[in-house]
Amino acid sequence: MTVDALAKGIVAGDRRALARGLSLVESGAAEGAALLDGVRARLGRARRIGVTGPPGAGKSSLVNALVREARAAGAEVAVLAVDPSSPFSGGALLGDRVRMSEHALDRGVFIRSQASRLAMGGLAATSHGMTDLLDAAGFDLVVVETVGVGQSELEIVRQADVTAIVLAPSMGDMVQAMKAGLVEAGDLVVVNKGDLPGAASCRDEIVAAFGMTAESGGAARADDVLLVSAATGDGVKELLARLRAIPDAVVAERRITADARRVDAAVVRALADLRLKPAAASLAATLTPAVRRGDVSLEEAVRTIVAAAVGSDREARRP
Amino acid sequence: MTRKIRVLVAKPGLDGHDRGAKVVAAALRDAGMEVVYTGLHQTPEMVVAAALQEDVDAIGLSVHSGAHLTLFRKVLALMKEKGLDDVLLTGGGIIPEKDRATLAAEGVGRLFGPGTPLKELAAYIAAETAVRRPR
Repeated sequence: MTVDALAKGIVAGDRRALARGLSLVESGAAEGAALLDGVRARLGRARRIGVTGPPGAGKSSLVNALVREARAAGAEVAVLAVDPSSPFSGGALLGDRVRMSEHALDRGVFIRSQASRLAMGGLAATSHGMTDLLDAAGFDLVVVETVGVGQSELEIVRQADVTAIVLAPSMGDMVQAMKAGLVEAGDLVVVNKGDLPGAASCRDEIVAAFGMTAESGGAARADDVLLVSAATGDGVKELLARLRAIPDAVVAERRITADARRVDAAVVRALADLRLKPAAASLAATLTPAVRRGDVSLEEAVRTIVAAAVGSDREARRP
Repeated sequence: MTRKIRVLVAKPGLDGHDRGAKVVAAALRDAGMEVVYTGLHQTPEMVVAAALQEDVDAIGLSVHSGAHLTLFRKVLALMKEKGLDDVLLTGGGIIPEKDRATLAAEGVGRLFGPGTPLKELAAYIAAETAVRRPR
C-alpha cells in the first residue's frame, strides 16, 4: 500500500492501515516520516495522557481501568504501551496487553505495544511519532504507558498533555520517591492498590513530602495525590475526570514545549549517530590506545573524532 | 532503525497451562524478536484482533486442551476475513501428527511438540516470516 493510501485509510478509521502505519513510523523509515507529514493537518485533537511509575505499581491495570471509564463516558481510546527491550538480545517481551484483555474486541479501543529499543527516558525514540499517528486516527484520548521507571527517566512528562505518576504502597521508603523527583514531575500522583493495607498512609506521606518545601508544590498540592484502586475501580472515575480537566491553554503551552523538546531529541540522536560514521569509528579505535598510554589527552581525542565525523558527513552530502 | 520480527504469543481456549507459551515467548525474545504476550483464555476473535492492532509477522498459539483443530481453524478463518494474509500462523502443544498434517494442508504453518529445541522454533519463524513479509 502506498503512503498516500495508508494515510487515507488511517484517517477513515481503517485499523489495519493504522497498524501498518504505526510499524512504518516505528521503523524510522522515510515512509514513516512521509506518512506523518500526510496526516499533519489532523493532529492535535486527541488529549494525550501519560501514565508512568516504577515497575509493579500497576500501570497497565490502571490504564485498563481508565480505558473502561473513558469508554463508559463515550470516548474512543488508543493505548501505546511501552515495555523494555532486552539489552542482551535486542528482543522484547511485551506483556501490557495481558491486563487489558477486556477491551480486545471493542472497536472504540486500539492497543499497541512497543519495545523501547534501549532508548532512555521510559519511551522509545519513535513513541512520539506513533502517538501522533494515533491522534490523527481520530481517537479522543491517547494513553501512553511508559516502561517501568525509577528515577529521573521522565521523557513522558515532556511529551504528554498531562501525566499521572503511579505508585503503590509498600514499594519502599518515601525518601526514594523524594530524591528521585518522580512525584513532583507529573500533574497527579496516583497511589494505586488503594484496597491494600498501607495505601492511605502512603498517600499521607506523599502529601507530607509535598508540604515540606514550596518548590515541591507545597500544601496546595495535597489534592493532586489520589488514592485509587485499579482492581476495584475505586477512584478511577475521579482520576480520569482530573486528567481530562487540564485546561486547553495549559495543554497548548505544553505542546509548544513538547515540539521544542522533540527537535532537541532529534538533534541529540543525529549527533549520537555521527560517532557511527566509519571515519569516526576507525579514528576512535586508533586513538583509544593512545589515550590509554597517555600520548593523547581524552579531550584532544574527542575533538579529533568529532571533527572527522562532521567532516565525513559533509563529504557524504556533497553532490 | 529497522522493523524487527513481531510475534503474538497467545493461549486460546480454557486450558490454563501457560508454562510452554511463556518459555516460547522468552526464547523468541532471546532470539531478538519483539514478542507480544496476551496471556490466558483468549478467544480466536481476541487473538486476531490483537494480531491486527500489533501488526505482527506471526501468531503462535499454544494449545494443550485437545481443541487444536477447532481453534487453529477458527483463527485462520478470522485471519483471512481480516486480511492478515501475510501473517504466519504457527504454534505448538500436544497435537497428534495426523492433525498437524491436516492443519498444514489447510494453511497453518508448522506445529511443534514437546522437546522441540527452542532455537529451531526461532529459526523457523525467522525464515518463514521473511518469505511472507520481506523486511
